[in-house]
Amino acid sequence: MKELICIVCPKGCRLKVDEENGFKVTGNSCPRGAEYGKNEISDPRRTVTSTVRISGSHLKRCPVRTSSPIPKNMMFELMDALNSVELHSPVKRGEVVIENVLGTGSDVIVTRDM
Amino acid sequence: MKYELIVIGGGPAGLAAAVSAYQNGLRRIAIIERDLQAGGILNQCIHNGFGLHRFHEELSGPEYAGRFIDMLPGTSIQLFTDTMGLEITKDKRVHCVSAKQGYQVYEAESIVLAMGCRERTRGAIGIPGDRPSGVFTAGAAQRYLNIEGYMVGRRVLILGSGDIGLIMARRMTLEGAKVLACVEVMPYSCGLSRNIAQCLNDFDIPLYLSHTVTDIRMKNGRLSGCTVSRVDEKRMPVPGTEMDFDCDTLLLSVGLIPENELTRSAGIEIDRRTNGPVVHENMETQMEGVFACGNVVHVHDLVDYVSAESERAGRAAAQYVLNGEASGECITLRNGACVSYTVPQLIRPDNVEKAAEVFFRVNRIFSASRVSVYSNDQLIAQYKREHMAPGEMERIQLPKALLDKADGEITVACEEA
Ligand SMILES: Cc1cc2nc3c(=O)[nH]c(=O)nc-3n(C[C@H](O)[C@H](O)[C@H](O)COP(=O)(O)OP(=O)(O)OC[C@H]3O[C@@H](n4cnc5c(N)ncnc54)[C@H](O)[C@@H]3O)c2cc1C
Ligand code: SF4
Repeated sequence: MKELICIVCPKGCRLKVDEENGFKVTGNSCPRGAEYGKNEISDPRRTVTSTVRISGSHLKRCPVRTSSPIPKNMMFELMDALNSVELHSPVKRGEVVIENVLGTGSDVIVTRDM
Repeated sequence: MKYELIVIGGGPAGLAAAVSAYQNGLRRIAIIERDLQAGGILNQCIHNGFGLHRFHEELSGPEYAGRFIDMLPGTSIQLFTDTMGLEITKDKRVHCVSAKQGYQVYEAESIVLAMGCRERTRGAIGIPGDRPSGVFTAGAAQRYLNIEGYMVGRRVLILGSGDIGLIMARRMTLEGAKVLACVEVMPYSCGLSRNIAQCLNDFDIPLYLSHTVTDIRMKNGRLSGCTVSRVDEKRMPVPGTEMDFDCDTLLLSVGLIPENELTRSAGIEIDRRTNGPVVHENMETQMEGVFACGNVVHVHDLVDYVSAESERAGRAAAQYVLNGEASGECITLRNGACVSYTVPQLIRPDNVEKAAEVFFRVNRIFSASRVSVYSNDQLIAQYKREHMAPGEMERIQLPKALLDKADGEITVACEEA
């Protein structure tokens, strides 16, 4: 039995995951929690948010994020990949910056119109 | 030109209030925002975790703000950016100043206050020691890093377990800094549990509860180290428990204070428990036709609730302009055992459609517990909770039928089940 805090929403339910019984989750208030609990034990993932360089805007950094959670142990590799990106204004929210980043199946997308 | 509504502050609260007032029939609406763009604090909150209630999607701060900013074109709402609201007067004139327009006075039929919060500083909590560079509030560091693109330090200690500090612990770590520890004077964390899990535990950053910074040292004008000591029940440092941290940066995440200079200048009553204006069920302050919403009223941890509360304020402003003042008997809400405040503080049952939403915070950690609502010592309602903490705002709905039964005052209290 593993105890976890669900990080999917700010409610922060205290989950118990039973590894021996098909990752059965208790303590969750919604189905997202059950899914999170199971994944957190078998394949932990995180959405990574950061900024990249941008030129031609009144600000120098443009916020970005992964379009879906990527494997937790790839967070720092992703941060390195972002260092080489430079955008030019204008960019739109949702625009893809790096497609299928590091082969994760997730894209890096812009999160602010700039 | 006389506006039907002037909103002061273009963060999520101000945007939602303006859009809702428009949807409820007002046309001459202006938003006054001192920053270059609307969106408020959300523009620097580039992390995800916004909008799950509202949009059923997990968005980052700028994305959440963007959804509201996108609602403005197509309405007649005017957004004045780079414009600072200076004063509001009793006859609802808004004084403001901008580089482009100079000093302006606008007349309004109604006003929504949505100025948000600012951070508590080192001065406000009185940390002893030197005064070097390298000591930042967590939100200021967040702005430097996420908006301006400056890294504020390499070896970081965080004082206070508020959400901004926790978020910055993760952010600085991902950007290559070493975050040594997060130190919290209270015996519990003040931030959301999810942020302890994903910002500290994910990166093995230790959290020292019941500890505080007792000395700050400097070398060549820059922070060179901090001493951290354990504190007793009275929050006094215990001699002999000192730990030294070799750090060049100290981030303070020790709370937010609603920004109410304008509110005070208009003579509107401020609640000492929340540091925000006293409000009614529809977010109207004690001054007729002046409403308030978002962090200026009380510190919210969830922007989704800010939007909901602000829509209520915008709708009420529209009703006030179109139909006149809301009236009726007024119930006073009091905080009973283990509750530090309630918002609203006043409810006019005649003005409640189905139920009044009441927000409050508890002043200690609860496991299985009950929220009890009393009127003149009579228990009139009870709600179960599995877990409550000071860092997490609580919410109950008081049905109209129940309010009609209440006699002049209502007390909200919490106890173990
Ligand atoms: C660092 C941080 C992290 C957060 N993380 C989360 C999270 O993960 N999930 C979540 O749901 N919520 C989160 N929140 C909470 C949420 O972002 C806030 O509750 C929300 O932004 C409050 O909105 P607001 O409009 O009341 O205030 P603000 O966003 O602060 O907006 C106030 C606006 O008013 C303007 N203003 C102030 N005074 C004047 C004046 N005199 N004249 C003109 N303009 C003025 C300011 O420039 C600002 O734009 C976080 C908050 C902070 C601070
Ligand atoms: S289980 Fe559901 S309600 Fe609970 S924290 Fe997770 S997502 Fe939120």
